[in-house]
Amino acid sequence: MADMNEFSLVVRLFLAAYPWRRIDPVPFSSLRKPLKDCRLALVSSAGLVAPGQKPFDEDFRGGDFSFREIPNDTDLSLLEEFHRSESFDHEGLKQDPNLVLPIDRVNELVTRGRIGSVNHRHLSFMGSITAPGRLIKESAPSAARVLTSDEVDVALLVPV
Amino acid sequence: MCNQTVSLIAAELERSGISTVVIQLLREPAVKVRPPRSLLVPFRHGYPLDSPNAPELQHQVIEACLGMLESAELTAPALREYSASASG
Repeated sequence: MADMNEFSLVVRLFLAAYPWRRIDPVPFSSLRKPLKDCRLALVSSAGLVAPGQKPFDEDFRGGDFSFREIPNDTDLSLLEEFHRSESFDHEGLKQDPNLVLPIDRVNELVTRGRIGSVNHRHLSFMGSITAPGRLIKESAPSAARVLTSDEVDVALLVPV
Repeated sequence: MCNQTVSLIAAELERSGISTVVIQLLREPAVKVRPPRSLLVPFRHGYPLDSPNAPELQHQVIEACLGMLESAELTAPALREYSASASG
């Protein structure tokens, strides 16, 4: 498992004192139909952007809370990464973006009959957000509106 | 921070009726933030789906996530530890 020892001392001290946001009450939406009939979308926090999209702002105080829509038919080799954290090894996702945004994998699940369909777009955040107030009040609700308008049933969320 | 970020997004999606699973790389934020469903994986930061260019290993992690969605006995917040042999 990943552990805090992967981080620098400065980051470990920061995290030791960090006031994690507790979700309370915890919402829980049970599956309403078999997965073979469900539409799936991905949400990644790897800071990926598609060609022509605005990069994430690494200087944004508290962390850039915006998100990008990544088309399901995008060429993964053209995605660029703008995650500001130096606390993880970026090499793996550069070799294979499916490691953090598994578009090829979930499309293969449709071929296998495991899920019904893959949404035409996925969502990309830059997860290094230390002050998540505007994420909670603005961009997460906006993301939910995007996916509900697409009639998405299930979402897989992938941090780095 | 990534673990908290995706957890907070998951909560909002669930409030909108979308069922979610969050992959977690660290236990502490999973326990403290409490997203609805978490799969705690044994991989290092930057490698949430195990290994690059390893489709079947990546599929095993995704299948474990799908299994959580199908588990009727789970109650929120649900935290399950990933076991490659159990998911495959």
